[in-house]
Parts: sequence; structure tokens; C-alpha cells
Amino acid sequence: MLYDDPVYRLMGDRALLIEMGDEISPPVNQKVRALFLLLDRYHVEGLVEMVPSYRSLLIIFDPLTVTTPELIDTINTIEKGLGPSLLPKPKLLKVPVVYGDAYGPDLEWVASFHQLSPEEVIRLHSGPTYLVYMIGFTPGYPYMGELPAALATPRRDTPRTAVPQGSVAIAQRQTGIYPTKSPGGWHILGWTPLKLFDAEKRPPSALEIEDHVKFFPIEEKEIKDWEM
Amino acid sequence: MGDVRALQILSPGPLTTVQDLGRYGLGRYGVPPSGALDSFSLRVANLLVGNAEQEACLEITLMGLKVKALTDLLIAVTGGDLQPRLNERPLQVWQSHIMRRGDLLHFIGPKSGCRAYLALGGGISVPRVLGSKSTNLSSGFGGLEGRPLRRGDILNSHSPHLFLPKAPRALDPASIPTYPSAWTLRILFGPQDEDFPQEEKHFLLSSFNVTSELDRTGIRLSGRPIRARAGKPDSIISEGVAPGAVQIPGDGQPIIILVETVTGGYRKIATVISADLPLLGQIKPGDRIRFQEVSKEEASNALSRMEAAISSLSYLGGKSPATDFS
Repeated sequence: MLYDDPVYRLMGDRALLIEMGDEISPPVNQKVRALFLLLDRYHVEGLVEMVPSYRSLLIIFDPLTVTTPELIDTINTIEKGLGPSLLPKPKLLKVPVVYGDAYGPDLEWVASFHQLSPEEVIRLHSGPTYLVYMIGFTPGYPYMGELPAALATPRRDTPRTAVPQGSVAIAQRQTGIYPTKSPGGWHILGWTPLKLFDAEKRPPSALEIEDHVKFFPIEEKEIKDWEM
Repeated sequence: MGDVRALQILSPGPLTTVQDLGRYGLGRYGVPPSGALDSFSLRVANLLVGNAEQEACLEITLMGLKVKALTDLLIAVTGGDLQPRLNERPLQVWQSHIMRRGDLLHFIGPKSGCRAYLALGGGISVPRVLGSKSTNLSSGFGGLEGRPLRRGDILNSHSPHLFLPKAPRALDPASIPTYPSAWTLRILFGPQDEDFPQEEKHFLLSSFNVTSELDRTGIRLSGRPIRARAGKPDSIISEGVAPGAVQIPGDGQPIIILVETVTGGYRKIATVISADLPLLGQIKPGDRIRFQEVSKEEASNALSRMEAAISSLSYLGGKSPATDFS
């Protein structure tokens, strides 16, 4: 449900969680992004950091500069003027993926789990245009949905200690891309040569909240065409 | 004169990194703040040598760092007492000292606390990446080549000789924090404390052990498990988290979030107050923790007291020694 008015929750004396709804859905996520972009534009006094996510916006502030009631008051005023028309359009990123084999070590397992062929899993995974609900976990990691119900898979019982950079993975109704080598509990279907995070680039992340992603299968020999 | 070779790493210890006050404004890209875990000690170390308080220092974990001065330096060591030795002689912490070219500084191991901060007058010359000199270990950027320091690394500093003539400075002993092995951390309940029954909330105020699962992302505790209300799933919809948040995963064992974490999918029953955040960097495996609920006013007063200790130091220090020369 999309809330009529945001719900404010304090996280200690220097952080504020602003919830726009109680579910994972595009309308709630759009509202999170809209508030985030608006606050970003206003340069709110004492505001140190913002982390937009599925259904909420975390604000870290300097309690020596601004009190919580003052901050909430400012946000409320800005939130009232929230309209979608002025917001920049999210972008669409097409992501090439080499599915299966060493690139996607869990493809076969996921296929047999759902009693599908690997080709059907690839077709289902690369079918939809996904919505980026948030960037989190590690720099540049996009949480995307909704994965087709036929592919909904619980996380691995035992997370891997090291998932290679570029791995394209799924868990429940979500899909993601590991921008850097890290531990991970999602099932790896494939690998992309695209670099999702580069600290030297502006912006450093290829994706942001509310962007769209479309996967498409490529062959191993095509990798070099996509390497940057 | 610009950047000069200042320090050579002879032995890095288990983890020594370049950190400043962190990297903010990039949460939208999933970038955590990083920065000194004990920001109070980093700020004081910088002010003792005449730097701006946000300059980068070395964050030294537990023991084993050994460095050699490649030029004359003004240095200060703050934070946990890791028993620093300058040419084998005990070095007084929380005050500035001259370290001559060729002098050796090493850290034997913790007498109290977990992390020490070494500031050089003139700072540490590494590029700012995404606005900060702090090392992000998970993605490998910032600091020195995005990694922990290694044997043989050379750190540069900016005109360190300009900082030498200043008289030694020390922090008022009354302002030096103590680092016990049994901690009381002050908290405010929330943001998701209402998902826990009252008696379970009360159990947070009992005592917990600090496990060895402790790094710059978080501190895992063990004790009596804390359970959410019946029927609540273990995880919640992932959301941004702030350092100091105490999250309760499915096994009921609290994890205190630290500066390398940006989002999480577990309930936060409580959050450590700002004035106690620097202490989180001094907790080590085997310590005990007890949480204490305070009011918002107490949290605010405690923060003001901490800031007063820092501003008294920066006031006494006056302008930086570098300014005296210009």
C-alpha cells in the first residue's frame, strides 16, 4: 500500500527513515525516488547522506546543525510540492549476458529445480524489462524485479564466500548483478562484461533507483565486443 | 615544497588503512561512508599535529604496525592504547611528538581498545576518490590504491616540515576516553522496536559477548536471542542503514552496523547514540557489551560534551602551524 503521508521513524539521533509505503511495488518506489530527487535538489540544511531503497528513504543528518523536528518540518514542506512531471526520466540499460557453464554455475540447478530446460530459464530471465528498486549491499549492486514467478527461487542454503564480479544472479522474485567480487547467496545464471561500478567515473554507478534493465543473451565469443 | 616521502611501512600488522572522516552523499549508488571507525580519535590526532580535523590518518588495528620516518615529522597517536614504541621507548598517546628521520615507531598490541590513529603534521597525500581519502575495502578504492597497507609501502605527506616548530600539544586528560573491556553503550530504541514484545526489548539491556565476527562492516554479538513478535518474518524489505544501528537477524543475535555497510534487510531494534559511535571502533572480540536506554536530551547533551572537548582543543591550537609560516 502507498501511504497517504510518509511515515517517519528515527534511527538513533542522526538518522531518519521516511517510509512511503509498506510493499515492494513500482508506485511506492517511484515516490521514494521523487522525494529523494527533490531533497537532493533543495540542499537541505544539515543533511549529510540519503539512501533511497524499495519503500523508504534513509536520511543521515548532522544533529549539531539541525534538530529532528526542524528536519521533518522541512521535508514535509518539500514533500507537499512533490510532482512527477519535473523529474528526470529513468534510463534503460541493455545488459549482455553469457548464460550457463562457468559463467553461470547455477543455471542447470535452477533449471532442474523448476523442471525447466536451461534455455527456458534464459528465455524467462531475459524476457522482462526489470525495474531497479535500489542500489545497495555493495557499491553499484542493483536490486531488480520482478523476476517471472516461474523462476522464483529461494536463496542458496550456503552463500558463496566469493562471487565473481559481473555475475548475474537471482533470488526469490529478484535479480541482481555483482559489481565487485563479494560474498553472495543468490543463484548465478550468467555473467556480464559490463562494469557496473567504477569509482573513477561520474557517476560511479551505471544504474540508479528506478532505472530499467533488459538482459539479452550473448555467446562467449562476443564478450570482447562488450568489454570496456 | 609539496609532497615528500614521509613514512615507510616495515610491517603492516593485521589491518592498517588510510581513513579520514568518510565519504558522504553517495548512498544513492550504494557506497557506504567508510572513514575512521573512531572519528573522535581521528579528529583529535589531526588537531594535535595542526592538521584540519578531517585529514586522513592511519587506522591501525590491534597490533604489529611498524613504520620508519623518511623525514622529520610531527606525529600524534590517539585511540586505543596499542602500546606504541618510538625507537623502543614507550610513546605517550594523545599528545604530539617529533619523529626524526630514521626513527622507528611500532605498536606492540592492545592494552586497551582496538584501533589507534596515527596523524602526521601535513597529512597523508593520497588522492581523494569520490570526495574522500578513506579506503573502501570491499570495492577496493580510496586510501592507498584501495587496499590495506603492505610492507614496503611509502606514504607521502604535504610539507611536513612546516608543522615541526609547533610546541607539543596534548588533549586535556579529562577528555581522554577510557576503553574498558565491559562496555555500556547508550541507545535510543527504534526504528523497528515496535516489532518486538516489551520483554524482548528489555533483553537488549542485558549483557552480550562480542564475538570474533568483527570488522569494519559490523560487530556480531552473542547472548540471549531477541525475538520479534510471533508471525513476523525474519527479514524486512531492505532499506538504508546508519552506523550504530543494532539489527536483529533471524537467529536473534544482535549485529551493530558499522561504516562499511549501506543497506540491510533486518529489523533494527535500537541505534547507538552519536556520542558513543566512536567507541564502537574500540570494541574488540571477547569484550562484553550492555546497552543502556537514554533520552533524546541525554543523547544530545552527550554529543555536545564530546564536541566541546574537540573544539577546546582546536581553539587552544589556534591557527595551523603551516599558517604561521606563510
